[in-house]
Amino acid sequence: MHPSTSVIFFTVASGAGYGLLAALALLAVIGLIVPGGGLPLLGLLLALGLITAGLLSSTLHLGHPERAWRAFSQWRSSWLSREGVASVATYLPAVLLAALFVRADVPRGLVVAVAVLAFAGAVATVVCTAMIYRSLKPIGAWHNRHTVPGYLIIGAATGFAVAYALFAGTGSSAAWVAGIGAIVALSAGFLQKRAYWRFLDTEDGPASPESATGLGGIGRVRLLDPPHTGPNFVMREMGYAVARRHAEALRRIVLVAGFVVPAWAIALGLGLAGGLAVGLGTVAAVSALLGAVVERWLFFAEARHTAMLYYGATRS
Amino acid sequence: MTSLPSAPPARKLGLVIDLDTCVGCHACAVNCKEWNTGGHSAPLTDTDAYGMNPSGVWFNRIHSFEAGDGPAGRTVNFPRSCLHCDEADCVTVCPTGASYKRTEDGIVLVNPDTCIGCKLCSWACPYGAREYDEDEGVMKKCTLCVDRIENQNLPEEDRVPACVSTCPAHARHFGDLADPASAVSKLVAERGGFDLMPELGYRPVNKYLPPRPRAVLPAAPAAEAQEPGLPGFLGWVDRILSR
Ligand code: SF4
Ligand code: SF4
Repeated sequence: MHPSTSVIFFTVASGAGYGLLAALALLAVIGLIVPGGGLPLLGLLLALGLITAGLLSSTLHLGHPERAWRAFSQWRSSWLSREGVASVATYLPAVLLAALFVRADVPRGLVVAVAVLAFAGAVATVVCTAMIYRSLKPIGAWHNRHTVPGYLIIGAATGFAVAYALFAGTGSSAAWVAGIGAIVALSAGFLQKRAYWRFLDTEDGPASPESATGLGGIGRVRLLDPPHTGPNFVMREMGYAVARRHAEALRRIVLVAGFVVPAWAIALGLGLAGGLAVGLGTVAAVSALLGAVVERWLFFAEARHTAMLYYGATRS
Repeated sequence: MTSLPSAPPARKLGLVIDLDTCVGCHACAVNCKEWNTGGHSAPLTDTDAYGMNPSGVWFNRIHSFEAGDGPAGRTVNFPRSCLHCDEADCVTVCPTGASYKRTEDGIVLVNPDTCIGCKLCSWACPYGAREYDEDEGVMKKCTLCVDRIENQNLPEEDRVPACVSTCPAHARHFGDLADPASAVSKLVAERGGFDLMPELGYRPVNKYLPPRPRAVLPAAPAAEAQEPGLPGFLGWVDRILSR
């Protein structure tokens, strides 16, 4: 599948934004961050910024952005529609939580209630995003049990890494909880991606040239003549294929930049406070986000679509 | 509404494509383009039409495959268009309701006035039957010529999809596949019509008829020379023409 910049940016930015929102909501529920401006407020605004930038990027790349509101209508059947509904619904508690954090004199019960809603909204939206891909039967690389955990774990890993970077300088309990949360999510991401790639390297794809044409009874089927000499929409959209060698190198980059470097940077920073801790936290967050971008690029580039069986692909 | 019809459509209009007789002439694809660039989903935009990299929207494309090896191998021309599936995920994934399956006859259509151009439906179609119009920013696909098959302004015999009306080899048949007594259903039953990629569960309405087994020819008569020649004037003409 063609790795389009807008979709990669959208899923990474909004994933990290919802991850950060979830991390802050969790800290607020435990009581490790309390209203009254400062870093928690900055974090909530950053989360809202990442989410909004992602949603805007995906909306502006529609053929008709001015009709985007129509996408809220088909939540009964469409995960894309559900994602739209969930993302807008999550704005309510997220913005409210940010508003509550502006002032110091807010009842704790209210903060906890709003934070729980924000956490649930963040998780639900990321699940909807993942389900858009998970539900596509023609794409074996996505239509499997690895897709939803993959999106949730990477959202959490990037979000908690950013949250750690935010609080690292304080050396507070909030920094500890965010940091340990990030290390747990990063380790899970390392294992999850390796399991996913093992699966990807062994699966056979949902269909074959023989079943796509129904000519398997005669024998092995291969394309003799394509319908036209130039590429068309389907070939451009579904026909992207990354070379095996490149994929191997990029997978290593994902593991190292996406998980190993940030986990170690955070582990080193946890005992520290001040400038050095902030530096290590920033390295962790930036590295995790870069790793997530490469991971998302591969998620598309390594995915094969059954439609290409009609254009000469020997497997799906 | 992008939920599929709750009860199966009373009629299932669709095509039956004969892979035995298709000669791969592309006439159906050309007539499809011709009709539909002025039809329900018009226009079928072309970009760089006269340049080095022409590209455009087609509802119907003709592939040619080789199947089998050696003497058993054969070339099969393979027209491919939307199959108007019963379990059309291209419809259910659509966030706007622009994609829908008609309850009365099962035809799958896109409303160009509400499509936002998110392209998700094209990802959900295993058959590559949907093509995005970059110029208009909306998705396009085969309409089964809804603007012909019910068009009271056309003579009765022309109320079939453009591809069917133009096929010189009679490789394309149109009808109601929900009615076991229809000509197309009988054809499917007689010839062992099949679904493409049945394992994906989309349950296409369109069916394909397999190439017939190759006829086993009797060995060529060895003594051609002994054939009695034609008598008289005809014999003379035959000898002149065979020189
Ligand atoms: S062939 Fe593709 S576009 Fe047509 S109904 Fe089936 S899934 Fe939808
Ligand atoms: S491209 Fe149009 S028809 Fe297809 S899913 Fe998106 S809104 Fe629906």
